[in-house]
Amino acid sequence: MTDTSAPPTVGITVDGKSIEAAKGELVIEAAERNGVYIPRFCYHSRMKPVGMCRMCIVEIDTGRGPALQPSCMIECTDGMTVSTDSPVTQKAQEGVLEFLLVNHPLDCPVCDKGGECPLQDQTMSYGPGESRFVEEKRHFEKPIPVSDLVLLDRERCILCDRCTRFAKEVAGDPLIHFMDRGNQTQVNTFPDHPFASYFSGNTVQICPVGALTATPYRFKARPWDLEQVESTCTSCSVGCRVVVQSSRNRVLRYQGVDNDAVNWGWMCDKGRFDFEAVNSEDRLGNPLVRDAGLSLKPATWNDALRRVATSVREGLDRSGPAGFAVIGGARLTNEDQYAWVKLTKGLIGSDHMDAQLGDGLPAEAVLGLPRATIDDACRPGGTVVVLGPDVKEELPILFLRLRHAVREDGVKIVELASTRTGLTDDLAAASLRYRPGHALPVVRALISGRDVDDEVGGVAPEAMRAAQELLADGPITVVMGRANLAESGRSIAAAAAAIHHTLPDVRFLSGLRRANVHGALELGMAPGLLPGRVTLDGGREWFAERWPAVPTAKGLDAAGILRAAADGKIDTLVLLGADPLADFPDRDLAERGLAGARTVIALDQFLTESVKQAEVVLPVAGYAEVEGTTTNLEGRVSTLGRKVTPPGTAQSDWIVAAEVAQRLGHDLGVESVADLAAEIEAVAPVFSGLTADRLSTATGRDGVVVMLPTRRGGNGASDSAAAEASPAAPVTDEEETEAEAVPTEVDEAMIEAESAEGAAPEVEEALVLPPTTGISLPVWTIIDPPSVDAYSLRLVVTRKLYDRGTLVRASPSLAELAEPAALHLHPQDFDRLGVGAGDDVRITSTKGNVTVPTVPDAGVPRSVAHLHANRAGGRANVLIDGNTPITDVRVERP
Amino acid sequence: MTDVDPTAAGDGRREVPRIVTSRWDLTDGYTLDRYRETGGYEALAKAVNEMTPAQVAEQVKGASLLGRGGAGFPAGVKWGFCPPGVFPRYIVVNGDESEPGTYKDRILMERDPHQLIEGVLIACYAIGASQAFLYVRGEMALAQERLAEALNDAYAAGLVGHRILGTDFSVDVVLHWGAGAYIVGEETALIESLEGNRGMPRLKPPYFPAAKGLYMQPTVVNNVETLANLPWIVANGGAAFADLGAENSKGTRLFAVSGHVRNPGVFEVEFGVTTFRDIIYGERYADGIRDGNRIKAYIPGGASAPWFFEEHLDLPLEAGAVGAAGSMLGSGAIVVMDETTDAVKAAWRVVRFFARESCGKCTPCREGTSWLEKILRRMLDGHGRPADVDKLLDICDNISPSITWPPKQTTICPLGPSAVSPIASAVLRFRDEFAAYCGGDAEVTVPVGGKAYLSTPPTASVGSTA
Repeated sequence: MTDTSAPPTVGITVDGKSIEAAKGELVIEAAERNGVYIPRFCYHSRMKPVGMCRMCIVEIDTGRGPALQPSCMIECTDGMTVSTDSPVTQKAQEGVLEFLLVNHPLDCPVCDKGGECPLQDQTMSYGPGESRFVEEKRHFEKPIPVSDLVLLDRERCILCDRCTRFAKEVAGDPLIHFMDRGNQTQVNTFPDHPFASYFSGNTVQICPVGALTATPYRFKARPWDLEQVESTCTSCSVGCRVVVQSSRNRVLRYQGVDNDAVNWGWMCDKGRFDFEAVNSEDRLGNPLVRDAGLSLKPATWNDALRRVATSVREGLDRSGPAGFAVIGGARLTNEDQYAWVKLTKGLIGSDHMDAQLGDGLPAEAVLGLPRATIDDACRPGGTVVVLGPDVKEELPILFLRLRHAVREDGVKIVELASTRTGLTDDLAAASLRYRPGHALPVVRALISGRDVDDEVGGVAPEAMRAAQELLADGPITVVMGRANLAESGRSIAAAAAAIHHTLPDVRFLSGLRRANVHGALELGMAPGLLPGRVTLDGGREWFAERWPAVPTAKGLDAAGILRAAADGKIDTLVLLGADPLADFPDRDLAERGLAGARTVIALDQFLTESVKQAEVVLPVAGYAEVEGTTTNLEGRVSTLGRKVTPPGTAQSDWIVAAEVAQRLGHDLGVESVADLAAEIEAVAPVFSGLTADRLSTATGRDGVVVMLPTRRGGNGASDSAAAEASPAAPVTDEEETEAEAVPTEVDEAMIEAESAEGAAPEVEEALVLPPTTGISLPVWTIIDPPSVDAYSLRLVVTRKLYDRGTLVRASPSLAELAEPAALHLHPQDFDRLGVGAGDDVRITSTKGNVTVPTVPDAGVPRSVAHLHANRAGGRANVLIDGNTPITDVRVERP
Repeated sequence: MTDVDPTAAGDGRREVPRIVTSRWDLTDGYTLDRYRETGGYEALAKAVNEMTPAQVAEQVKGASLLGRGGAGFPAGVKWGFCPPGVFPRYIVVNGDESEPGTYKDRILMERDPHQLIEGVLIACYAIGASQAFLYVRGEMALAQERLAEALNDAYAAGLVGHRILGTDFSVDVVLHWGAGAYIVGEETALIESLEGNRGMPRLKPPYFPAAKGLYMQPTVVNNVETLANLPWIVANGGAAFADLGAENSKGTRLFAVSGHVRNPGVFEVEFGVTTFRDIIYGERYADGIRDGNRIKAYIPGGASAPWFFEEHLDLPLEAGAVGAAGSMLGSGAIVVMDETTDAVKAAWRVVRFFARESCGKCTPCREGTSWLEKILRRMLDGHGRPADVDKLLDICDNISPSITWPPKQTTICPLGPSAVSPIASAVLRFRDEFAAYCGGDAEVTVPVGGKAYLSTPPTASVGSTA
């Protein structure tokens, strides 16, 4: 076993056939790889084997004569002989199946699993044919809810330990467990502790019988009535591969698809169950136009589009392209996004376009830093610095991958967050609780390599030293995103840039969470960018040959657009699936912006608070109703499948763009999603080579990572990504230009570093070459936030998985899981503030106030007020001042 | 129960010393004072002051002390399986004695707890462990109390803990009470339970306790009686121990006799020499069958063992001989059934025990044992069917393929196959009784391999002369 000179492969014989197996490979896997399927129930390739169900028992001879052994537990050794079909094996397997059916209710005709049930299927293939059991079966009360989403039928359960193992090993929520003993063994929850896991739906998917059923699907369909298409989940930006299953033109279920690169077959419950939103009664099915009486009335598409075209044309006449602005678009497919970018930047010529709602990071930070894939971050022995969101709440499957990496592969996590996150308790090797607003100094100290003697930004020197040690060796990946909506994204961007300049080998995995926000940025849905990761200036010449117009100057981001709108400078404001009133951190500005824009046009699936302010509302098709591609946080492009038709007359976003273009007297030049995909491939440099054919190959189906920029160029982000992914795009050095902002001390160092690194690309005059890709990092000037005064608390606003977001609210099963707003305070702050736990308090900032109950929470540092974004009973964004790097609040009894 | 002559021996056989039961007749043998007065902790002192750990291990190896828990694996050899140089390593004392009919360890712990503690310390010294865990079955309240008291006294006297007897040998002994599960007698399940998990067996490989045991460290799991022998072996030498007993069964051994005998009890006898007839019929021992009845069958080594019958009475109490005859000496529990016993009911009783005690992990054991119980219960309730006998055996075959001895198994641990023994024993020997419950006999098609199951009654009248 410890013989190191042994070859990496061993030869074994399975049913008389010689096969090669990897040393240490399990017999059940080696056999399956070679076409011999050994039946199993408890074995699951993504979990540790337990050898409980005994179904995979086969005769194995390692030289001492054949003996029945569980093939899921035995590793292949040289010369091993395996008989999966010998009479002894067959009798043993028949026996196990008969035993499993002894107490199984055999209620297949009314069981949701019937038709896709491993117990049913394997009984047909390997079972004894009939049962000799005439006694009474065991009985349990059924079904019992183990969580709000999952019901358990203990009579159907065959005690395979898959769900319980998943809960403990994979999800880290060991809330379901075996109880009792022997024949009375059952899976159950602990009293008063429901299986409240963000990942509970996976247990339903991996249950080999109908014991676990999910309330949103239960009794809705029979498997043989389901049609399915492979797709990519767009509930967040992780981009899990899924199948969308429907029956009679209704989406009924999503199931995770096992792919190595991203989700390993898992899904979070939000992604799994928000299909309910697709079928929601509240979906918009008809255009709405504000009438003379100032209320929104149904209209025909012709009338609505004419109204849109008229407003746009009037606006252009009045103020030129600068009066046209687009906010949102992260929900759209890559193709839809390109259509809107082409309309806005390439036909109208406005650069006021931002897919983010001020709740993310500057686009330059996302596109301009060397990027990592999830696999890069999870590579054994590495260190992951989480400078951003609570991964468990915002990117749940990335959390599962990181959890596995920490527990199984020795990856260390250094977490920088102002409040406790899902990583803190069990997974983070170091948690630096920095004072809100101080991300940059804390990061600088962390990477300085110098001994720290004093507290930095709220982080004690011992904690800092411990974290520094973790960065000493091994590759480092930074997950960057926006944890605290009350803290400017620029400070995170500046911190990330500081890491990049000091440790150029560090790579970055974006933690922005909106579905296709990365696609949007790649395709230029941000001021100053053009499709394919090129800057306005860098791509002007190239796009001038392909588009009627190219913006002349860098436009405004979402905050800038809203500010301009509030000042009456925006004639037409298009909301592409955006709800700034709910999502923009500074609600006051969002309100003034929407009120100040002359015409607001909304493309959306739901009549959200912001959409209600629009002059024209255009209903659009959504997930599972459109095809195309999406781009995940790695830059991985994968397909979206269409399975059902949209409600009413709702249209794809790109068709709306094309219609508007036509009514403005232009031609978008595309007639289908395929046309758009082809045009993207042709004009957007990083998408070069990314064809539909490429995405339909065996490896391409899991998605293809668009070319990743690297600091030194040439060498792709990762071997795997480079080998499997880089399209034939021009490989160039990352271009880095000088910053515009006033340099600070560190910034000068940055500029020096950049001018040393930056290789000026050669420009040929005669022929317009594809523009160089790569976005330079600007210098983000960070003002040190003022120290918090003795009467105030510093505000932290983070997101939870379940909030009052549009999709969750439209999914009845999930909507109930969103808790109402509450103020989390350190237990020791209660006395100081003179409030009690559970009391209603009024939180006041310079912008507004909300009244919510309090919750003592030791995960919140002292002098910090922690709220969750977008919850019922108290909107945190009422308090945030977008003009300041941080927001301080007062907490008082109302 | 223990009114045995201090120099007891089998009828007409040579006299042997009482090695582990020497203090059983004292009313205060469990106290530290009495223990020390009667030579207690002298062996420990000898070991730590005069011997190296290797010498202690050598003595134990030389004694050929077989494990007394049931499997009968040589203790000295077992110790040697710990991978060299891997520390910490642990001694775990298996005091979860739960085999029906076995109650020798309980009395050892109740009446002479210090002897066990001394044995534990000697073992720790020999293998280089500084921590031992005493796992005592949950139901044994008195044993727990006596052991706790003994441990406290021993700690106070400097016999356990830091710098034992002034040397640099230190051992902590942790007392842990079980929660009442038979399966925890299985060493890997015991380790799981000790770690705070459900008592379920671990897969072997890779979890051989000697390599990956408690907290994934090398662990020696020894039975109470095994360790109780160590003070005597160290004091008198392994050779003196090996002088006793038979070729492959050295020393003395405790046997618990219960059932339909006149004087049930735990008896220390010379190992491998004494016969079943001696211990069941000997006046000093169980003193024959109650009411002058004839013996019908007896379980020679715990409920898991295939039954023996009167033709086996002259077999010695020796693992090899019992094994060759198709059963096992196991945990030293002899359960005697007289001619008034209903074989079907007896089988049901034993199977019910295993069905209740199945941990529920492996399908064949969890579902098979309870199904067997249900069929037997149905027969007893008057609803037997002729095909049931063959069905019983076929279910047995699916738990323990080809019903051989030693058993093959489709399960992780031998608990499932244990339920096969009583059924195969009863069905094959007392087929007519089953037929009476089943409304007639039907063909039995399932082949059975175990030798004891196939034993036939002697033609001449043997045995029941008492």
